[in-house]
Formats: sequence, C-alpha cells, structure tokens
Amino acid sequence: MIWLTLLIVLVSGPAWAGEARPLGEDPAVEARLKHLAIELRCLVCQNQTLADSNAPLAEDLRREVRDMIVKNMSDKEIIDFLVERYGDFVLYRPPLKATTTLLWVGPFVLLLVGATVLVITLRRRARKVVDAPVTDEEHRRVEQLLAQGGKHS
Amino acid sequence: MNRFLLPLSIFVVVVVFLGVGLTLNPREIPSPLVGKAAPEFSQPQLYDQEKIFSPADLKGKVWLLNFWASWCSGCKTEHPVLMDLAKSGQVPIYGMDYKDEREEALNWLRRWGNPYPVIGVDQAGRVGINYGVYGVPETYVIDKHGVIRYKQIGPLDPGTVETKILPLVKQLESQ
Amino acid sequence: MIPEIGHFALILALCVAVVQGSLPIYGAAVGNSALMAIARPAARGQFFLVLIAFGCLGYAFAEKDFSVLYVAATSNSQLPLHYRLAAIWGAHEGSLLLWTFILTVWMFAVTLFSAHLPDTMRSRILGVMGLVSMGFLLFMLTVSNPFERLIPAALDGRDLNPLLQDPGMVIHPPMLYMGYVGFSVAFAFAIAALLGGNLDAAWARWSRPWTTVAWCFLTVGIAMGSGWAYYELGWGGWWFWDPVENASFMPWLAGTALIHSLAVTDKRGGFKVWTVLLAIMAFSLSLLGTFLVRSGVLTSVHAFATDPKRGLFILVFLAVVIGGSLALYAWRAPRVGLGGSFAMVSREGMLLANNVLLVAAMGSVLLGTLYPLFLDALDLGKISVGPPYFDSVFAPLMAPAVFLMGIGPLAQWKKANLPDLAKRLRWAFGVSLVTALTLPFVMGKWTPLLSLGLLLAIWIVTTAVVGLRERLAHVDGHGLAGRLAAVPRSYWGMLVAHCGIAVFIVGVTMVKGFETESDVRMNVGETATIGGYTFRFDGTQDVVGPNYTAARGTFHVSWDGRETTILYPEKRRYPVQNQIMTEAAIDPGLLRDLYVSLGEPLDDGAWSVRLYHKPFVDWIWGGCLIMALGGVLAVSDRRYRLAWRKQEPAVVPSARTVRRKVA
Repeated sequence: MIWLTLLIVLVSGPAWAGEARPLGEDPAVEARLKHLAIELRCLVCQNQTLADSNAPLAEDLRREVRDMIVKNMSDKEIIDFLVERYGDFVLYRPPLKATTTLLWVGPFVLLLVGATVLVITLRRRARKVVDAPVTDEEHRRVEQLLAQGGKHS
Repeated sequence: MNRFLLPLSIFVVVVVFLGVGLTLNPREIPSPLVGKAAPEFSQPQLYDQEKIFSPADLKGKVWLLNFWASWCSGCKTEHPVLMDLAKSGQVPIYGMDYKDEREEALNWLRRWGNPYPVIGVDQAGRVGINYGVYGVPETYVIDKHGVIRYKQIGPLDPGTVETKILPLVKQLESQ
Repeated sequence: MIPEIGHFALILALCVAVVQGSLPIYGAAVGNSALMAIARPAARGQFFLVLIAFGCLGYAFAEKDFSVLYVAATSNSQLPLHYRLAAIWGAHEGSLLLWTFILTVWMFAVTLFSAHLPDTMRSRILGVMGLVSMGFLLFMLTVSNPFERLIPAALDGRDLNPLLQDPGMVIHPPMLYMGYVGFSVAFAFAIAALLGGNLDAAWARWSRPWTTVAWCFLTVGIAMGSGWAYYELGWGGWWFWDPVENASFMPWLAGTALIHSLAVTDKRGGFKVWTVLLAIMAFSLSLLGTFLVRSGVLTSVHAFATDPKRGLFILVFLAVVIGGSLALYAWRAPRVGLGGSFAMVSREGMLLANNVLLVAAMGSVLLGTLYPLFLDALDLGKISVGPPYFDSVFAPLMAPAVFLMGIGPLAQWKKANLPDLAKRLRWAFGVSLVTALTLPFVMGKWTPLLSLGLLLAIWIVTTAVVGLRERLAHVDGHGLAGRLAAVPRSYWGMLVAHCGIAVFIVGVTMVKGFETESDVRMNVGETATIGGYTFRFDGTQDVVGPNYTAARGTFHVSWDGRETTILYPEKRRYPVQNQIMTEAAIDPGLLRDLYVSLGEPLDDGAWSVRLYHKPFVDWIWGGCLIMALGGVLAVSDRRYRLAWRKQEPAVVPSARTVRRKVA
C-alpha cells in the first residue's frame, strides 16, 4: 500500500509539483528591501516595522522603496527620501545628532560611572571596614544564630 | 549633596517628564515639510479626468490642500467644517482624493456636498508619500510662493480653523 | 445584583486596606502589639474580599451579563468560555482588578509564611502592602470601575480583541503579574526594614526566597509573552523592544540584580543600602510599566485604550509610592552599617560588578524607552527608538556580564586570587574558545557574532562544570550520587539558572545566524524548499470556528522525500470586530521550528505564503524556563524550608542580644 502511494506520488508528482515562485520578482531586491524595512517604522501602525506591517501606507512605502532599489539608489539616498517626508520618526535607529547624543552615549556613560563608583566605594569601604572589624564578627554571629534557630525547631 | 538623594532627584525629573508626556500625543508626527516648498505634482482631476491639477497653477494664491478619501471616517467628521469654510470664501480648499475608487468618491461628494473647486486624484498614494501623508484627513496651508506653512494631522475642527488656519491665511494673504 | 456585590466587596476591601495600611505600621512604631496584630487578619480579609470581587466579575463574564459595561466592551456571546474568563484581564479595568487580586494573593502568602518574622517586621510589611493595594483599589473605584453598569444593557458585546483570543492570553498575564506584583513583597520588606531601622543580614535572608519566586514568575511570564508574539503575530519575531515589552523587562533586570545583591547582603552583610535601593527599584519599575501601558504616553502594540484621567491618577500614585520610598531611603540609608569586609576581587566584588552591568543595561532600556518622550516634551522633535538601537546598546553591556557569570561562582568569598582563578578556568576558556571558533565553520557560516554568542554559551556551561567538580570534591557523601545529593539545592539552582542563560544565548545566536525565510507565491500543488524542508501547498479550505471563519491552508512538509508533518496555517476573520488574523502553523522541534503563515489570497486558489526555518528558536523560551527552574530549586533549599516551618521568631532583636550575651 505504501509502495503504491509512493508510486502514485512519484509518477504524478512532476505533473503538478512545480516550484513556487518567489513573491518579489528579483530576490536580491527583496533582500535589500527587507534589510532596509526592518529598520524603518510604519507610521500608521502602533509600533511596527515597515517590514512587518500590512497597513496600506506600509505597502505603498515598500513599493516606493522597491522602486528606488531598482533604480539603484543607495541606502542613504533611500533613507533620506523618507526622512525628508516623514522626519526622523521613521527611523528605528535614531541618527546621531545633538539631540540624540545622550541616547547613544548614555548607556556607556552609565556603565562607566557605575564601574567607577563601585571601585571607589569598594576601596573606601575596605579602608573603613578594617577600622571596624567588629561588624564582620557580629555578622558571623547572626549567621550562627540563624543556623541554630533552624536546627532547634 | 547627600548622595542618597540622587535616586529621588532622578525620579522627580522622570515624573515631571511623564507628567508633560500625558499632555502630548505620541501619534502626531510633525512634518519636516513645513517651511519647505510644496512638492510638485500633476494629477488628473476627479471630475474631468482629462484635466490636470498641479500646484503650479495656484502660484500667487494662498490655498489649502486637503487629502481625503471616501473610505476615511475622519474625513466625514471634518466634512461640515470644510463646507462651512468653503462657503465663507475665505480660502479655497483644493482636494486630493487619496487611494480611493473614483465611483465611491463621486458618490460620497454627491451625498455630502463638495467643498473643493478642484480635486486631484492620487490613486497610487504617491502624492501622499511626497507630502508625508500618513493618515487621512490631512490638510496643508500653502502660501503664495508655494511654501507649506502649516500641516493639520487628522480632522479639522471649527476651533482649529478659527484660531490657527484663518489667522495664518490672513497673515499670508497680506504678505 | 452580582456585579453590585463585586463592587461592594471592592469598597469593603478599600476600607480594610486603609486599616491595614495605617494601624499596624503605627502599632509597630509605638510598640502596640494589639494594633500590630490587626495586620494578619486584615490582609487575609482583604484577600477574600478581592477574591469575591474577582469571582463576581468572572461570573458576569461567564453569564454574558452585557449590562456590565466592561463585559459588554470586551466579550461577546459567541466567545468561548475560556476566553470569556480570560477577558477578565482583556482590557484596562479588569487587568487592574487582576493586579490588585494578585497583590492580595501575595499578601495572603506573606501571612502564611511569616511565622518566623518578628511581629514588628511582619506588621510593617503587611502595612506597606496594604498601602499599595489601597492605591490600586482607590484607582479602580474612582476612575476604572470594572463593575460599571451599562443601562440599557447591550444586546451583545463588542468582543475581545481577536489578537487576545489565544491560549497565551489565559496564562500569560496572570504569570506576568505574579512576577510584577511579586516584587511588591521584596519592596515591602525593604520599606519595613527602612522604617524599623533594622536592615541586617536576617532581612536579606528573609527577602531572598520572595524575590526569587517573583523573579521566576516574571521570567516565565515574559517568556510566554514572547512565545505568544512569536506564533500569534505571524512575523516570526520573538522580541520587538516595544515599550510594553521593555516595561516588563526592566523590572526583570532590576530583579535579577536584586537577587545577586541579596546574596552579597545575606552572606556578607554588605551593600545593604544598595540592595534596598534595588528592591525599591524593581517594584518601582513594575509600577512604571503599569503607568506606561495605561497612560498612552508611548505608542505600543500592547497599550490599553487610554484616558488622561487614568494616566494622571497612576502618575500621582507613582509619585507618592516611589517618591515616598525614595525619600525614606534618602533619610534612613545613611545610617545603615557597612557590613563585612571583602576585597575587590572576590565573589562579592564580582556579584556587584554584575550588578553594575545589569543596572546599566536596565538604565539603557529605560533611557531608550523614555527618550522619545523626553525629546517630545522638550519640543525637540519626534524620534523612534527601536530594535536596532537596543540591539546595539544591549549586547555590549550583557556580554561582559555573561563572561563574569562564568567566573563569579568560582571565586572565593571575601578574597579571590586572580591567577588562581585563571588557572582553574583555563581549560574551560580554551574549550569554549576553540569550540566557538570552529563550530560555526562546521555549520557552514562564520560571523563574529555567531562565535561570540557560542563562546558565551559554552563558557557558562564549561565553567559550571568546573564549579560543580570542585564543589563535589569538597562535599561529604558516598559515591557520586551521594555527593551530588549533598550539594545544596541553592547551588544547583544557581547552576541551572545560569545554564538556562546559556541555552537562551544558543537560541538567540543560532536563530539570528541561521534562520532563513522565504516569501513565495504558491499555486495549489506547488512546492517551496527552505532549510532543506520541502513544503507542498495543497490549497485552502473554508472552516468555521466558534466565533470566526477561516481559510485553512494545508502544507505537506517533507525532508528528503519523507513526510515530516502537515501544517495548517489559517487566515481568520472575526466578524464582530471585522478583524483579520493570521494564525501561523508551526512544527516545533528541538533543533528547528518550521513556520508557515498565510499572506494574501491571489488568483486561482494561489496564496502568498511566508515560510521560515528557525534553527534552535525554542531554546530561547526553553532557556527562560530553565532559568525559572533554577529559581525554584534555589527556593526549595533546606534553609528556607526550615525557616518557614519554624513557628518561633528566630531573630528578634531582643533575642539576639540575649543569645549573644550567653554566647
């Protein structure tokens, strides 16, 4: 039975099992479109990329971008085209300018400050704690008490 | 300063911003085209498809360009406002029928009235993209030199017309 | 009638919350044990009252009572029962009730497992939680009452958003809220300790299990949300850095930092001030998330319908709770002692370095999420901060944290020796490096990120193995099994949670590096091949669901001529809201997912179809579940079980002094 099915599949297969065509005419164009569209924001949607959205405007914009790719425009030219019309809002990767400096350097400043504070605090603390060795002693006693408390019950 | 006050201070700043944020509309995106020349186009007209509608024809006039469509519910909301404004004759409103079916657009106008002297057709939405339209209705105020002076996102209401559009039109007229 | 009972129960609960939030705290301050004794029964009473309210709302949904505005707005007579019940938290009002209900669940849990706490501590903790729930009850009763009537009643409801009609909706929000709200316990412990001025090692010991449990819930909740987005949205993405996702991720990062810093405070009594701040931060970020989702200040896929009055209420509440806590912190923290000493290179030092990285990461997420708002408020233009930003900022911060994760557990407490550590870890590092550099070549593609990801994942696992081996050498026990059993559960928990991160990293790395997708136009009978799998499209059929109609496609998937599976993706139309939903079909697997989603119908029964081959994608969520499992193991450690079983207060301050004198 299995063989029979297989035979039918094999024989009848080529008759209808054509390879599906890609949706876009030129896969290279589609790849570039995708590459661009995942970093662009769909304006009408709540918060979606141009690649993910099915909104009519998103479809139109994809069409425009595709046309520009076919016309061999550079990524920068395409992005400039959109920014001229919709502003920086369309870019999910905010461009580095005066107003976004804090956004881009902020995380690393935060890290740097955090690390510095940690090192300074640990240094200062090491000095202070030596002056008061009791704290450590006391703490060990608390530990011991907690442990004893557990065993007694 | 007491370093233990630092978290509180940061928090206070954040709260102030959040408070201001409550009064803002995150969905309204200001147009970078305000202050720039209105993009050229020459589109077929809705009523007489043989004729062309182009902003070049309107040089020397202050006019409004209103993107609308028969499928857009906000357009119906603002429609009476446009009718009143058109009737007052203070400023001409030119229409751009955005991504619409011709028949439905004509029906819509028959039913609700037509405030526009001329309506262009933007079937593919290309003019819309050039003007940075992201949701109809949107209305542009364009001055005598063909420069965009103001963009209204969403339906016009009588208040906006009185306080923003008309004073601006007067000022532009006198230039 | 039933909705009125629910409404009334909420009013009573508010009254109880007022009592619970005031008298016990006052009692603890003046040493009045009668007032302090109110805390426990009040908390339990509040739990039962909110439970009644919750039940009433559930009943209204089950009975399709469309005279209740909220029910009419979020359900429909055609909606199946389980989704009607899940619709309780389908919009703003009900999800707020869920929030409050879960808060009272946590309160109830505290009353059950706090026998070992000193009375003052317990009454302060419950008092603080009572104050928080008071805010939420007030919020519900003033501007978001879920029991508001609709007169005349609607004939039928407007239905639950079809996007939410998914099994994920039944379980994801409760899990997430259990996590979010669970941090209120750690928060209440911290505030109670600040109020009482007894921030000590015992405080950290008590806070640890609560924090870990909340963290587990949050981990699972976030993972489920991500998995849900993956299969429901039909784009095959699993994390979008959407403001609402970030709102859940920030408390997670703070909570993760808190768990590690609690370990330092518990072990060494050090950095209490920092730990307290983290406890406040974790819960504050949960509250901030609640604000962001409900106020409409940010656009998000998930945001609730908004109302400025509500936004203002939560903002004021936020300002009072967080502002008050931080003010208390600024006032009390300077008097807290220093704790035991340790060197910079020590396990403590590394845990704190990890804290710095986690908090910097959290700060970056916060910065990125709120930055558009900052600019807009200052009228400096509108921008979008999206995945490209977060990806490029987050990875460099997390990579060193993960690297430290391998070393930290092997470093000695108090003072570690770097050369010694290097010696112990050189094999682990060598193995990781060589594997990470060669493995991508074996798989056919090399990129720096691929190698980095694999390096970090393998590093975690190899260092865990080294750590376990050393540990086994030091425990008593007969044979390997005995020794394995002798290793404390908390240690296992740590290892497992860390390995969960490794699994997660493998998932992310592999899916980013090797996923393939293809958008094809498929006629009936045509095939498309992706990742070595051949998909044959056998056309679509119309099917009718309980409250939708759908076109269901049939795809025969085969590998090397042998049939692997049949997938049935759907394009559904929900008539009530007239929404079209894409239901992707997924064949999950340990090593890959096959993902099909229907696009648009084309002529002659053909469809545009999107196919994905996603290697290791399930490891992303698997890793999260393993992390949570690690947390569960840690909480089940012997010392916590002992502590909970005990009925006598273990370390009341007076008892401590007495015993110390005896000792």
